[in-house]
Amino acid sequence: MYLCSTKFFTMDTEILARIQFAFTIAFHYIYPPLSIGLGLLMVLFESMYIRTKNKKYHILAKFWTKIFALTFGIGVVTGIVMEFEFGTNWAVYSRYVGDVFGSALAAEGIFAFALESGFLGILLFGWNRVKPWVHLVSTIGVFLGSMFSAVWIVVANSWQQTPAGYQIVGEGLNARAEITDFWAMVFNPSSVDRVLHVWLGALLAGAFLVLSVHAYYIVKNRFVEISKPAFKIALVVAAVFSLAQLYTGHHSAEGVAVNQPAKLAAMEGHFKASAPADLYLFGWVDKESQEVTGLKIPGGLSFLLHYDTEAPVTGLNAFPEEDRPGQINAVFQFYHIMIAIGMILIGLSLYGVFLWWKGKLFRKKGLLWVFVFAAILPQIANQAGWFAAEMGRQPWVVYGHLRTNEAFSQAVTDNQILFSLILFMIVYAFLFLLFIYLLNKKIQHGPYEASKKDDNDRPLNKEITQVVIGN
Amino acid sequence: METFLGLDYPTWWFLVIGGLFSGYAILDGFDFGAGAWHLFFKKDHSRRIAMNAVGPVWDGNEVWLVIGGGALFAGFPVMYATFFSSMYIPFMLFLVFLILRGISIEVRGKEEWPWWRNMFDIIYSVSSIMLAFLLGVVLGNVLQGLAIGPEYQYQGAGFFEFLNPYSLLTGFTTLFLFMTHGAIYLLVKTEGRLFAKLTILMKRGLILFMVFFGITTMYTLLYIPHLSDDFKANPVLFAAPLITFLSIANVPRLANKKRYKLAFIFSSITIASMLVLVAIELYPTLLFSTVNAQYNIDIYNAAASEGSMENMLIIVAIGTPLVLGYTYFVYRTFRGKVQLDETSY
Repeated sequence: MYLCSTKFFTMDTEILARIQFAFTIAFHYIYPPLSIGLGLLMVLFESMYIRTKNKKYHILAKFWTKIFALTFGIGVVTGIVMEFEFGTNWAVYSRYVGDVFGSALAAEGIFAFALESGFLGILLFGWNRVKPWVHLVSTIGVFLGSMFSAVWIVVANSWQQTPAGYQIVGEGLNARAEITDFWAMVFNPSSVDRVLHVWLGALLAGAFLVLSVHAYYIVKNRFVEISKPAFKIALVVAAVFSLAQLYTGHHSAEGVAVNQPAKLAAMEGHFKASAPADLYLFGWVDKESQEVTGLKIPGGLSFLLHYDTEAPVTGLNAFPEEDRPGQINAVFQFYHIMIAIGMILIGLSLYGVFLWWKGKLFRKKGLLWVFVFAAILPQIANQAGWFAAEMGRQPWVVYGHLRTNEAFSQAVTDNQILFSLILFMIVYAFLFLLFIYLLNKKIQHGPYEASKKDDNDRPLNKEITQVVIGN
Repeated sequence: METFLGLDYPTWWFLVIGGLFSGYAILDGFDFGAGAWHLFFKKDHSRRIAMNAVGPVWDGNEVWLVIGGGALFAGFPVMYATFFSSMYIPFMLFLVFLILRGISIEVRGKEEWPWWRNMFDIIYSVSSIMLAFLLGVVLGNVLQGLAIGPEYQYQGAGFFEFLNPYSLLTGFTTLFLFMTHGAIYLLVKTEGRLFAKLTILMKRGLILFMVFFGITTMYTLLYIPHLSDDFKANPVLFAAPLITFLSIANVPRLANKKRYKLAFIFSSITIASMLVLVAIELYPTLLFSTVNAQYNIDIYNAAASEGSMENMLIIVAIGTPLVLGYTYFVYRTFRGKVQLDETSY
């Protein structure tokens, strides 16, 4: 293939493999959190329908199932890519971690993904074929499957961050990690914190999408009767989980301080080997001068970790240059973006609950518009959090054991990766446009057929009868 | 080495992965096969019926790929790493077509515009054809062996090394086998004129498969000694190709008797017996080195640790009945001829 035989700039195989993995997994990660989050809301709507027999909830469950189908479909097809890429682009890594990572991946497939996909058919196409409770069981099956998927994938990733329950055998290219204790591998030091953190991030992504769409209907005065209860249910989910996220986030950070001190130091731009550390609200890290410019709470990080503003925290200089993350400012920024958004989500959902309590929730058009656009925030926070976690883990692919620059496939050439990377970029751009187009179309069309103007004035029962009969 | 029922763990794991890949080939085989015929159906309504025949199940079928891939990764990490990195281009193309195919099923029916539907019909059908073909091509490369050197490193690394006469033969054989299998699946799921057309298409697929299967078998016996040696040494093994031949021969007979479900079972047996054939040819090797036989990857040098294999066998023993259970439940719910309703694609 002479066409691209000249080196593309000076990018080598390692960088291209990293870019490809980052690109494909970041794109993939738009969808699974939505599937998990919408899964919970669908279970809630459908349970409400079975309990109350109120058709509003039936309409909501069906409407969100359609949007769920779209996110789930893209999630599945972009997810298989990851499983292949370990072998195609990270062969040395795959040989090294096969024992551990392979088990988790296989367990994910057989316990979680099979559950999800098995019941998906009934969830999507079974409304008229099975009894309502069987359908609800299928919805719950799909939701639980997606939650379990997250467990196994995050366990596998957590093992890379904080390896446990293994021993290293062999040397050089033949070195590999062997499981010595399966449960110690599963419950490695960061697993539980990170699974909870990822779950809540996903549930928030779903809740804020539901809030966004129904806020939009309410301000546009369409489908108002079903949008109000939907908004309230999603608001409760958002308020509970955004607060809980504060706790799992804090607990995660404490774990990082113990298990991956270089990562935590990069997240806060803390260089001094052992000194009290500040907490930045925002800032800019200069790696050369080892200075951070920004707004800080002096001793804040020390306080959060040890409840003492004077307590020393391990800084980046405690590690040899080659063992520190390369992109310290990027890790800092991603981490701070995530936290800032977390705070905004708490503020927004609690303010919503407060107004609901005051009985003014649906009168604040301005706030509703904020909710319309807030759907993007958990997405950004989820991406930023993962970028901070993965870039903060560098230069290791398995923390303390295997370096990223030793882990990629030696047999694959830069031209081959460039070819596949460009192919993925084109296909994913196409997918993303389709997704946005179809999502917008479904939202504009709405949960049921209704006349364009003032549908709110028409008696709900009549509309619902039409919908049900029409179906 | 630890054994269970007289077989060592790597052999068990070889059987498990063989079983998972057979399951995958049977299941995604019919939906790739059905997709491959898609453009032969002219009317929008026929195409909708055909697509909805695989609509509720394609996703569950791909689970088997995910599990099979994970099992290979967990059981034989060395094989997984070398195999995937040496087949880089075909696997990347496979992924891209898998994405395009899944998406076209999902979105085809979302707009009424003829150009929209045509575009996704073409993407769906071309991807289905390419996926079946690429699976066969990859299989051909495994059977033939790869340029593997020391440290399990592939030494080929060109763009088009994966396309060679033998892999093209196995590619077409697989494509036509899946097309036959897919046509029978559609015969079970359709009625009327579409059904009538499929009875003819199925026979064409079958003839093409027989021709390519014959040529591939001859080529294997003549030019690929490491595969045919086992058979020459132990003629009992010829039972496997014989079963393949008898079961595929049974398909048109049953189709003529209008016993399509049974015909589908026999085309499934054909696929499974072909993979048994592959397994016999390989065992205990997983990947032959064309550089030197000492670099062959087999089930022992590629295996994960015994502890891991034991854990994984337990996981599979618990998980498989569950997966079979959901699969049965879904197929039962959507049994019979395709009926379109407002939830259909």
